[in-house]
Amino acid sequence: MFPSRFRYEAPSSLSEAVALLASHDDSKVLAGGQSLIPMMKLRFASPALLVDINNIPDLDQHDAQPDGGYRIGALVRHADLEKSTTLGEHQPTIAAAASLIADPIVRTRGTFVGSLCHADPQGDWASCMVALGGSIVAHGPNGRRTIPVDDFVAGPFQTVLASDEIAVEAVIPAANGSRKGGYLKLERRVGDFATAGVAVALEMSGSTVTNAGIGLTGVGSSTINAREAAAAIVGSPLGDDAINSAAEAAAAASSPRSDHRGSADYKRHVVATFVRRLLAQHQPTEAEVA
Amino acid sequence: MTLFEEVPVTTTREIPVRRVQMRVNGETRAANIEPRLLLAHLLRNGLQLTGTHTGCDTTNCGACTVLFDGQPVKSCTMFAVQADGHEITTVEGLATASELHPIQEGFKDEHGLQCGFCTPGMMLSAKALLEENPNPTEDEVRWALSGNLCRCTGYQNIVKAVLWAAEKMRGYTPASDDAADGGGEA
Amino acid sequence: MALDEVKIGGLGASRRRVEDNRFIRGKGNYVDDIVLPGMLHMEILRSPLAHARIASIDVSGAWAVPGVRLVLTGEMMAARNLAWMPTLSYDTQAVLATDKVRFQGQEVACVIADDPYIAKDGCEAIVVEYEPLPPIVNPQQAMAVDAPLIRDDKVNQADNKIFDWEVGDKDGTDRAFAQADVVSEIEMHYPRSHPSPIEACGSIADFDRSTSKLTVYMTTQAPHIIRAAVSLVAEIPEHMIRIISPDLGGGFGNKVPVYPGYVMSILASILTERPVKWIEDKSGNLISTGFGRDVYLKGQVAMRNDGKILGVRMHTDSDHGAFFSDAQPSKFKIGLMHSAFACYDVPTAHLTATGVYTNKAPGGVAYRCSFRVTEAMFFQERMICAAADDLGMDQAEFRRVNLVRDDDFPKRTPFGFLTDSGQYEKCLDIGLEAIGYADFKQEQEEARKRGRLLGIGISTMTEPLGAGNSREYDILGIKMFDSAELRIHMTGKAILRTGAKTQGQGHETTWAQIVAHELGIPADDIVVEEGDTDTAPFGMGTYASRSTPVAGAAVAMVSRKIRAKARKIAAHLLEASEEDVEWELGRFYVRGAQDRGVSIQECAMAAYSNVPDGMEPGLENNAYYDPPNLTWPFACYIAKVEVDPETGVWDVLHMVAVDDCGVRINPMIVEGQIMGGLTEAYAMANMQFITFDEDGNCIGSNYMDYLLPTAWETPGFELHEVVTPCPHHPIGAKGIGECATVGGPAAFVNAVMDALKHTGVRNIDMPLLPDRVHDALTTGNDVSGMPPVKTEA
Repeated sequence: MFPSRFRYEAPSSLSEAVALLASHDDSKVLAGGQSLIPMMKLRFASPALLVDINNIPDLDQHDAQPDGGYRIGALVRHADLEKSTTLGEHQPTIAAAASLIADPIVRTRGTFVGSLCHADPQGDWASCMVALGGSIVAHGPNGRRTIPVDDFVAGPFQTVLASDEIAVEAVIPAANGSRKGGYLKLERRVGDFATAGVAVALEMSGSTVTNAGIGLTGVGSSTINAREAAAAIVGSPLGDDAINSAAEAAAAASSPRSDHRGSADYKRHVVATFVRRLLAQHQPTEAEVA
Repeated sequence: MTLFEEVPVTTTREIPVRRVQMRVNGETRAANIEPRLLLAHLLRNGLQLTGTHTGCDTTNCGACTVLFDGQPVKSCTMFAVQADGHEITTVEGLATASELHPIQEGFKDEHGLQCGFCTPGMMLSAKALLEENPNPTEDEVRWALSGNLCRCTGYQNIVKAVLWAAEKMRGYTPASDDAADGGGEA
Repeated sequence: MALDEVKIGGLGASRRRVEDNRFIRGKGNYVDDIVLPGMLHMEILRSPLAHARIASIDVSGAWAVPGVRLVLTGEMMAARNLAWMPTLSYDTQAVLATDKVRFQGQEVACVIADDPYIAKDGCEAIVVEYEPLPPIVNPQQAMAVDAPLIRDDKVNQADNKIFDWEVGDKDGTDRAFAQADVVSEIEMHYPRSHPSPIEACGSIADFDRSTSKLTVYMTTQAPHIIRAAVSLVAEIPEHMIRIISPDLGGGFGNKVPVYPGYVMSILASILTERPVKWIEDKSGNLISTGFGRDVYLKGQVAMRNDGKILGVRMHTDSDHGAFFSDAQPSKFKIGLMHSAFACYDVPTAHLTATGVYTNKAPGGVAYRCSFRVTEAMFFQERMICAAADDLGMDQAEFRRVNLVRDDDFPKRTPFGFLTDSGQYEKCLDIGLEAIGYADFKQEQEEARKRGRLLGIGISTMTEPLGAGNSREYDILGIKMFDSAELRIHMTGKAILRTGAKTQGQGHETTWAQIVAHELGIPADDIVVEEGDTDTAPFGMGTYASRSTPVAGAAVAMVSRKIRAKARKIAAHLLEASEEDVEWELGRFYVRGAQDRGVSIQECAMAAYSNVPDGMEPGLENNAYYDPPNLTWPFACYIAKVEVDPETGVWDVLHMVAVDDCGVRINPMIVEGQIMGGLTEAYAMANMQFITFDEDGNCIGSNYMDYLLPTAWETPGFELHEVVTPCPHHPIGAKGIGECATVGGPAAFVNAVMDALKHTGVRNIDMPLLPDRVHDALTTGNDVSGMPPVKTEA
């Protein structure tokens, strides 16, 4: 309940922040702090220097880009996404997950990008980003680089960010056609980590799936990109056979552990069930098929 | 400046200290603090606002909920330094000298509390909800309070209390069964 | 004119709570809110291992941290004969480990410093070397022939068994089973749970060398028992100890025992001669303090084909953790487990019980429960459910056949308790009507055709609340009665003190209502105080739903003593003989001349200004109340659920509670107690439990793993009431605080089992987690929840 001592800085520009991070090899970025501070309270984390980026301007926007992509700044809180009236039309997968992150109070403070940087295999946002083929933009001493989310996570609670880099935004590419999708999470109560979670992102032209992504939460040592499952539904309208293939492929792609939340078999079964449920929502109606 | 402040006889290592200033319940307060001090502990131990409780170590229970620039946050999961320049409302800031906040009245009238430990956090979450949504449904209240744990009440009366307050804040007189009022005040 | 009782806040008034005035303003006064001059802060270092020999402890690092004032280890405690302390069940418990650690989270050292952050820094700087030993996490492992001996500190302890105990009529039960048409059998585990009040435990010990007086502010539900225990453990004379229990952030049984942290803070204050505050963190609370349940059942019901129960057999194996420290009456090794089947007409029964040590936290507290009645009633109602199914009989009908009838009281229960009142079938009927039982079978069948799984579960029970009487019930030899002291001031205002201790139940409100009922003094004119052993009369505290049955009765009795004296004063004022003075609420008058009267307030003034010759002045008294019997509330809980066959997730569609707790002092507060209890019942059925892995790691040591439901998951509740006054309680009240927690879980579990009935599954251990339900649905097999939990990939 009582963190170790650390030095605290709250710079007002990115360049200052990066310089501070470079000044100490045991430094950490503090954004929403809803994962980092609990870990510091339990002394699972004891950084020597905290660089608080909350005073840096222009990081709190999320918006559609002229090219059809979507950008989420490093200080966009979960609640900003949950309460957005325009997010849903652009990013249905993100909109569906937003209200399932932690609990309502944590959501007012915790950030989307910070959650990605925390790289918890049970984090919901990473699955969404994996499904959407998104990237993270990192700002360092030598400028910016864009890291695809698949390459971003180096392991449980580890990313490829250099110690003097700050993730400044997440970017979701433009869709080929219209964007559909959703997120389902089995949690035993609000604020619980996922027993299993599934993010589905579809790009559709009419009733045909032109591109798809499926991300899995909490069923492996890191977020799983179920590529074969996604491939099974691309190229045609969503039929029962394709949906079942995708569900089975997603279950096969997961590698959960048995624990007090459920057996490995059960978690695989939940993954398949959720893939089916999410895809079924986008099956063409009989009228459309006709 | 105070007339007297005791300082340690020896310091064997540099302890970082920062000066912060914030508005707490409408009053400007300033303090020198260690960065590792949690906001909940600054409020409780530094500013003697002990209505903000700490109930868990893992950011689950919400007993420490305060409003930070109007938004509910768990004050055990923010460092006090982060409040520098910001506005905090605690349970002590709900009532005025002469009048209770309708949410406070609602909690008493609808028996929305028993041991009282979760109550301050619960009321502040409710306040944030009602400011955003003055006429919530029961489900919306339950959803908005789902970051605050209560062990005594079973929540049903808390939900009723918030709906009671919502009604009063919209200018109606909430229904309340006729009964003696303990303590002779609302 | 007599007063309007509801207007003055008397019996039956839903009086708004007095205590709320401070709580809604954030002006409660919990232990952590108290600051004493010069106060130091204590933090505890706990064992990361479940079972290990301590090879060495190096505390030099802690002493080197600036601001650290004291470091305590088991060795230092042992030097003062304080390394071990007695438990409430005649065992011993380590205060700080000396030889071995016996459960994960056991106290190994503590650091006292200028602030808690520094104390924590000090703990981090202590280096402990452990030699791991094999951990034991269930009774089977504990009783295995080659099991490592957990309590090698005890001289005559050759294995891990604590006790074998039995009650009932073995031969008679054997005969009943021999005559049975059908015998139903079921096995199950009631998992380890934790009361988990949101406020954890804590204390501030303040030893004053100049007066030799020790004051301890403490989160305790039973301050006087603590005073006695501290006196025995710390060898301080009892009059030199003052225990103050301020506002408590919930208790639920967790705050009854004496914990090592309290003892350490006391020693630390004696050694530093400064106040020492210890505020337990949540993990410390969940991992080391009084748990509830953790009992395994083998149950058998012998029946005739027409549904009549002939006899019951129960065997329990209970897991008490590393030290036998159950807080329970000393005569009964497995609490009041033998209160099972009290609401049914069961001719004969036999219960055997075995208790074992394991490498788990000790405690065995009555978690919202009267000493294992929660297990008793859960087992009873699960056995009843299985027995009805085995007989192919309707759940409601089977209960109707066997429930004790209204005209059968007083009725001896199969294990020898005496129940005295109730309208069981009426409660059942109200519940069935409210849930729509008559139409349910058809609804269930139609839903099943569409692939939806619905189920209804019934739980009916009466339970013994309000221990004593003192002949049967004591803790460590201290008899279980309670007390009240009432002082009427000269202006007719009053102060009432009791030996109970509220933790949210609203004593400050309801006790005043009892006085108002007895004396006609408006409740607002009465202040209620509890929790300070220097001012409150001796009492056994608040747990096991005993406040209203015992302390509440004492409040009525002391009020009657006051009224008796006031009557004499009234006679003097009215110049009438005492025999001619009549009472109506709030005033005495002369028989036949109702307008010639004096109010209770006028009597109070006269008590200090105009007493008759020879009468002692003043108007105050006390009463000690030793109840003639326990009180026997009855409840019928019925849940209707829907199970998602694909995921095993289940939702409550409708929950009905019919409670008969006798006369309700404050209906609003009674309903609050019921709804709170139902929520804990739902929690235990659905998500809340503590388990362990193969290495003895505690899973459930924080709120990320130990799940309490939020407002979102918690269902709404529909409450109904029946009133059968308690025949022996002065105002006809019975206990209520725990009823819903005791009787509720079986309603939820029986409902899910009903939804799964077509699969042939007979039991899923609580909590009914989605994976367990899904497992049962797909395999048709029972699902055990016995630890260790599998953690394989």
